[in-house]
Amino acid sequence: MNTGEKALIFELSKPGRIAYSLPACDVPEAEAASCIPASMIRQVPARLPEVYEVDVIRHYTELSRRNFGVDNGFYPLGSCTMKYNPKINEDTARLSGFAHIHPYQPVTSIQGALELLYTLQNDLAVLTGMDQVSLQPAAGAHGEWTGLMMIRAYHESRGENRSKVIVPDSSHGTNPASATTAGFETITIQSDAGGMVDLDALRAAVGSDTAALMLTNPNTLGLFEEHILEIAQIVHEAGGLLYYDGANSNAIMGITRPGDMGFDVVHMNLHKTMSTPHGGGGPGAGPVGVKSKLIPYLPKPIAALRSDGTYYFDDDRPESIGRVKPFYGNFGILVRAYTYIRTYGPEGLRQVSECAVLNANYMMHRLSSHYDIPYPGVCKHEFVMSGRGLKAYGVRTLDVAKRLLDFGYHPPTIYFPLNVEESMMIEPTETESKETLDRFIDTMIQIAEEARTTPELVTGAPYGTVVRRLDETNAARKPVLNCSCGI
Amino acid sequence: MTLPHRYIPMTEQDKAEMLATIGAATTDDLFRDIPDAIRYRGVLPMSPALDEISLLTHMKELTSRNTDTANCTSFLGAGIYDHHIPVIINHLISRSEFYTAYTPYQPEISQGELQAIFEFQSYICELTGMAVANASMYDGMTALSEAGALAAGATKRRKLVVSRTVHPEARETLRTMAHGLGLDIVEVGYSASGVTDLAALRAAVSSDTAAVLVQSPNFFGCLEDLAAIEPIIHGVKGLFVVSANPISLGLLEAPGKLGADIVVGDAQPLGIPQSFGGPTCGFFAVAEPLMRRMPGRIVGQTKDLDGKRGFVLTLQAREQHIRREKATSNICSNQALLALCASIYLSTLGKQGLIDVANLNLSKAHYANSQLAGQEGITLPFTAPFFNEFVIRLPEEGPSVSEINEQLLKCGMLGGYDLGLAYPELAGHMLVAVTEKRTREEIDHFASRLGELQ
Repeated sequence: MNTGEKALIFELSKPGRIAYSLPACDVPEAEAASCIPASMIRQVPARLPEVYEVDVIRHYTELSRRNFGVDNGFYPLGSCTMKYNPKINEDTARLSGFAHIHPYQPVTSIQGALELLYTLQNDLAVLTGMDQVSLQPAAGAHGEWTGLMMIRAYHESRGENRSKVIVPDSSHGTNPASATTAGFETITIQSDAGGMVDLDALRAAVGSDTAALMLTNPNTLGLFEEHILEIAQIVHEAGGLLYYDGANSNAIMGITRPGDMGFDVVHMNLHKTMSTPHGGGGPGAGPVGVKSKLIPYLPKPIAALRSDGTYYFDDDRPESIGRVKPFYGNFGILVRAYTYIRTYGPEGLRQVSECAVLNANYMMHRLSSHYDIPYPGVCKHEFVMSGRGLKAYGVRTLDVAKRLLDFGYHPPTIYFPLNVEESMMIEPTETESKETLDRFIDTMIQIAEEARTTPELVTGAPYGTVVRRLDETNAARKPVLNCSCGI
Repeated sequence: MTLPHRYIPMTEQDKAEMLATIGAATTDDLFRDIPDAIRYRGVLPMSPALDEISLLTHMKELTSRNTDTANCTSFLGAGIYDHHIPVIINHLISRSEFYTAYTPYQPEISQGELQAIFEFQSYICELTGMAVANASMYDGMTALSEAGALAAGATKRRKLVVSRTVHPEARETLRTMAHGLGLDIVEVGYSASGVTDLAALRAAVSSDTAAVLVQSPNFFGCLEDLAAIEPIIHGVKGLFVVSANPISLGLLEAPGKLGADIVVGDAQPLGIPQSFGGPTCGFFAVAEPLMRRMPGRIVGQTKDLDGKRGFVLTLQAREQHIRREKATSNICSNQALLALCASIYLSTLGKQGLIDVANLNLSKAHYANSQLAGQEGITLPFTAPFFNEFVIRLPEEGPSVSEINEQLLKCGMLGGYDLGLAYPELAGHMLVAVTEKRTREEIDHFASRLGELQ
């Protein structure tokens, strides 16, 4: 790997080079000046680089070599569920009949696509224990917002003005942000000493203004909320609804379902649980499922089946919250998720969760004598450790994360959840072998040892990466957000 | 299913050893904290598992019931376009270091993605003429909604004025968002020439207007007179939001040069497959004063300990994971992989290529326009200048647009969008898109078939 500075594509530019091949114009050329007013015509061409095809290939190939994906190595990024992204998913999504169809084609010409959507809606409804699913949201946070907008519509339809959404202090940041975007006020409640929802705090927080409680279960600490039925009862008795953040679904497939726990609305992150690739930050998909009383509010449209066996889009939904996204969601991602589900079937998905949970408990157990485990017991598919024991040597969790880079690992999620000091959140997933887990554990133990004996080795890490630690403070203080390079 | 499965490495022996290490008797012990009442017993009634051969056969069977642009000629646009995708794009975005990576939280091992996003931001600023762009949004239409939300927050005003020439699904999405935030949406109609009615716009805009939102080329393909709209909204100190087609910006003046405060759009034309409408990639660019109000991820340039150039996610104090309920947006994911498509596309086309492809679109669409106008019974209702999409009117007494489209499909053509679906007053009108991919022969064939079907 080249560890020198990498040129920007703009810096490779040389006037006169091209990387494109366009057809000659076989119709009379339209003179822009004759069909568009001069004031609307671009005065200065966009300063795009002038390079040839090999430049483009080498540039992006080199960028890819400076990037770490699941195919490069272990990626135990808690809450992000970085499992293996099966290759077949990519092949099916690229089939021409999926990749090159238009959302406004006559429905007679897209029956296969509609069948896929319809089947996926039903499969996800069964998996989550919900009555109906919309595939439209583009990401988990988008699903949260969609779900909250439905909760809002539900309360409004009953003439109730419920303005508050309750979230635990360990919740994902998207929960309160989505609540605000949906026009709610957020109430944060503290977790109890065991890391669970504090039932007394919850009882004190709910009231006639409660719209919903947002919860993930297993929760953000990797723990299953054992009192979930009681939680549901408290919220429901206050007239609120229960929202399930599906970020942690990988732990429970086929074992328990949010719908059976008392949740009224759920989103799933297909880019986590259903193995669709994260793409360096998207695209994702965050379908939402609801119990029957919320079906009228689902966003438009829904894939539906007529009695004659043909599929169509049901747009006739007068009580719907409306449209949350153009067209039918991130279809290409939905094809990948559907492909994945069919590689396992229901029993296979259950096995996925069992293996993910066993891997996480095994790691937690082996690491427990070297790092603080603030919430021991059984965890689900992920667990939280604390690096606070290393502070005595001047080593922080950030340093441990950077040191891991030198051993070829992507670090765990760090400094989240917020309610654990110096937290590290580790999620091995089911697609990692015992050998990989053992090697990673041994490395973590070695780093803990290094922290005690040669702390400067850890605080100076990483050493083997294309850049060393970066000045993030100055990046925010004096932002340079594009190259403005003036080719 | 019982072990093994090709994606799961755990053997029965591994399982036994790991359980022994933990001190658990069975895997079930690890779920003892789940109350019995909510344990699912039995097998979920979902689609069953398929082996690899059967699964591929099944997926191909599904696609066989879809007509794609490999076996038909498309004149369908309305937000999703059949542009040429340079072959190298798929090769590069298929590099798994890109597509199997997460958001670049650990910059030292994510410099590739971070630099790619930084270059994407640079490209978007160049195209739009704006100071700052983010790392991408879900799509162009939700980006427009976010622009409305940003404008309301920045101006502390609650009214958004949107033209009816903005994509109907974008306006629907905007309305949903506005309901959540308690904002008012006022729609302004279009003139006989097919662009925003400026007199109506002037009447709708007042000192409580947070923003005017327009699209150019608009949903009818017509070019809005941005220079004429700009003073109307800036006169009341509101913000000017423009949604633009990125290919058209090879030819059209950058909205930033015409006074836009926020420019959004969808990068689908830049090398992203139609994929039934998604995923695509929204772009979002603002004038400098709005920088810290932007939604989504932003990459910034900085230096490492040795003084070497590097890139990091920056201005994170705006974001949900730091600011929680006070974040500028709830957006967490962007569309990084598709932003990469757009960047590779723009790298490939380069300075001259973008101009050339824009001119090809313009020429082919204007040729098609003239050929269609020559057909018996077909008229052109709008007179405003257009780029690569335009509206035709079919005779009232003839078959409906959807009937015509079913007929065209039988001849291997996807006809234009039926405008009557979203604009009842435009029943019998078809929105026709013509990209650089359409040949003269295809256009002639389309025009003559459409003429015969009246």
